Amino acid sequence: MHNAVVVQHPELIAALRAVLPAGALLVEPEDTQPWECDGLTLIRQRPMAVVLPDTEEQVVQVLQLCHAHGVPVVPRGAGTGLAGSAMPNAEGVLLAMARFNRVLSVDALARTATVQPGVRNLAVSDAAAPYGLYYAPDPSSQIACTIGGNVAENSGGVHCLKYGLTLHNVMRVRGWLVDGTPIEFGGLALDAPGLDLLAVMIGSEGMLAVIAEVTVRLVPKPQLARCIMASFADVAQAGDAVAALIAAGIIPAGLEMLDQAASRLVEPFANAGYDLDAAAVLLCESDGTPAEVAEEIERMCSVLRAAGATRLQVSADETERLRFWAGRKNAFPAAGRAAPAYYCTDGTIPRKHIGTMLKAIAAMEMRFGLACPNVFHAGDGNLHPLVLFDDSDPDSVARAEAFGAEILEESVRLGGTITGEHGVGMEKINQMCSQFDADSLEAFRGVKRAFDPAGTLNPGKVVPSLHRCAEYGRQRVSAGRVAFPELPRF
Amino acid sequence: MDTALQSLVEQVQAAVASHTPLCIRGSGSKDFYGNLPQGQVLDVRHWQGIVDYDPSELVITARAGTSLALLETMLAEQDQMLAFEPPHFGPAATVGGCVAAGLAGPRRASAGTTQGAVRDFVLGTRLLDGRARQLRFGGTVIKNVAGYDVSRLLAGSLGILGVILEVSLKVLPRPRAELTLQQDCDEAAALLRCNQWGGQPLPLSATHWHNGVLSVRLAGAEAAVREAAAVLGGQQLPAANAAQFWTALREQSADFFAGDLPLWRVSVPSTAVPLGFDAPQCIEWSGAQRWLRSDLPAAQLRARANQLGGHATLFRGGDRSISVFTPVSSAVLRVHRGLKAEFDPAGIFNPGRLIQGL
Repeated sequence: MHNAVVVQHPELIAALRAVLPAGALLVEPEDTQPWECDGLTLIRQRPMAVVLPDTEEQVVQVLQLCHAHGVPVVPRGAGTGLAGSAMPNAEGVLLAMARFNRVLSVDALARTATVQPGVRNLAVSDAAAPYGLYYAPDPSSQIACTIGGNVAENSGGVHCLKYGLTLHNVMRVRGWLVDGTPIEFGGLALDAPGLDLLAVMIGSEGMLAVIAEVTVRLVPKPQLARCIMASFADVAQAGDAVAALIAAGIIPAGLEMLDQAASRLVEPFANAGYDLDAAAVLLCESDGTPAEVAEEIERMCSVLRAAGATRLQVSADETERLRFWAGRKNAFPAAGRAAPAYYCTDGTIPRKHIGTMLKAIAAMEMRFGLACPNVFHAGDGNLHPLVLFDDSDPDSVARAEAFGAEILEESVRLGGTITGEHGVGMEKINQMCSQFDADSLEAFRGVKRAFDPAGTLNPGKVVPSLHRCAEYGRQRVSAGRVAFPELPRF
Repeated sequence: MDTALQSLVEQVQAAVASHTPLCIRGSGSKDFYGNLPQGQVLDVRHWQGIVDYDPSELVITARAGTSLALLETMLAEQDQMLAFEPPHFGPAATVGGCVAAGLAGPRRASAGTTQGAVRDFVLGTRLLDGRARQLRFGGTVIKNVAGYDVSRLLAGSLGILGVILEVSLKVLPRPRAELTLQQDCDEAAALLRCNQWGGQPLPLSATHWHNGVLSVRLAGAEAAVREAAAVLGGQQLPAANAAQFWTALREQSADFFAGDLPLWRVSVPSTAVPLGFDAPQCIEWSGAQRWLRSDLPAAQLRARANQLGGHATLFRGGDRSISVFTPVSSAVLRVHRGLKAEFDPAGIFNPGRLIQGL
């Protein structure tokens, strides 16, 4: 997608200049161009202006001015998001919150940390480490992504099955509504009176409120973690092994799968020692006290063996455990090395359909003429297919996008969702028409209006318009009714 | 359409047309909770049944009128559970009421995990809204960030946004071992100990302090429970007594909850100092949930809770014509009004139950 013409608003720019320090307002094309996309580089748009406030007063003034002029505001953290949720608006202001990067407090007894939205995910755990605590959600971008962005996207990671998503690890968010009105969601107690607005704020992709401060929960660092690397001769068998572990009452700390193409892709890069002859490799981790881990690893091994694992290797020490993980965690950079570009989506399906999905993806590889190694969070059915393509060839780009979209459609068909942790943003907005019926989409618009009646906070993301769904031609029809009867058809 | 569902839809349509307030009700086990119920009863009990349960997916989907006891029995047969340990407050409690009330039991503040509230386990819902639309939010998978998370917003909504028709809940395996220890200590010491333990890798699954006795339940792998018991110390309760003890606490059938004095629920940060009221008290959730029997004025209790960073709810008994919940801020109220107008424009669902005038 290409840049739309940027709309100028000299009056607003002058007003912003008056309230922001020098260097905190960017309007020239050469200055705003570096901000034209987030981690989803396929879609780019220069904003009218970028603002980089460093005090809360400045943020409030920016919001009030934009609101008074009816100008859209798009909040942004580190810009590592993969769905285009922070893609700028041609008529709007990009509100970069990266300068709010201080850890305000760590309360070891209460096991909480209060941080500004621009603090990096890993920096929270670093601040908590002296107390034997850490922040559990660990998206793979954790060295760069910010807590503000994590809250906006409800980010996941490799330990969600046991430790939850961002949603489960945030207690309180303080911020502002789009007009600059201060608001607080949740609190330092375990609940707050009224509706649980915090639950709907988390994962709202910057469309409901702007974040000033976040209080997260910290959890004790497990004394020990050990990881099993299991080989399977068949991907369906590996999928069944995942179900067998859960059915045996085991909740692994991490449970990841790589198919053969993915193992072969990452091995030369990471030297993780993966079994390159196996059709699938499972990484299954246990954490806790030494006795607890020993007990669980033994149970896991016996389940995996019964499920047909052809080879089992248990990490002997921390170095080896990290080596096992190195392959999985370097899957994206390895894909970047193997092809000019890769396109990764994050559809999630019921675990029992993992085998079916992998077969469907294999068929798509043939049809679209592109390779697609698969890594995924097997414990929660969250796929990360890596479609390899050539971004200098428009035809290859188009095929990659169509490939990605089809995987999402298949995820919906299998009873899953188009996005497990990356968000909808701009990327998956069409597939929202497949996952939700017209009434439910209209209810989402209602939620948006309740927080932002004028619709100027990060507009046009996540929830497709009626028109867009009609154009996409995939709107759901429920209960035998015709969807969008009000629209003309040809 | 199923006749039970058809009937619900028609009743909502009729209520909208005639501007008749509706009181959404399952068995009525939680009629005592929230501001006074008003309106014509909309009975959801006929809309019942387990829609899907696949133990290896860790998800159960049930219609709102399904018996909570039945659902928990089904889970127990597969050695699984609702990990928020919901109170039933009556033998016929329904799944819909459980989610709408959003009340969690002793396991709410399990150490080492950040999940324990009802909403933490809600994965998807179907809702009949105030335009008689059947809406679907979330789904049945654990990770799902498509669209706003309206499903979790419905947990604890007390029905003000619509009739919850169906819910998908994440379930967990039952712990392999469980053990309850008791030790003598005063209130301040109990609060300190619980919070200190919470910062260590110990498998605490519930805590309770009352009258100088701290009770702690450990749950998890056998080795972990055994090791933790040695670290914590104290007198071990026989398993049957322990089960009874925690059930009586969860269901508020313990002696502490008997009698007519108003029951207040004070929700504060777990590390908050003792409330300091001269009133019978029991403390759960490592200090985050404090029950008081008191006829002190609401303003006095709320001022203290607010000072400590929390809020106070008149949970049972007393004068319910006051707002039983602590009022929300004006900005939060503005959003509530907006949501109510969107989901229930005619204002027919459970008027005032969660927030007076809404």
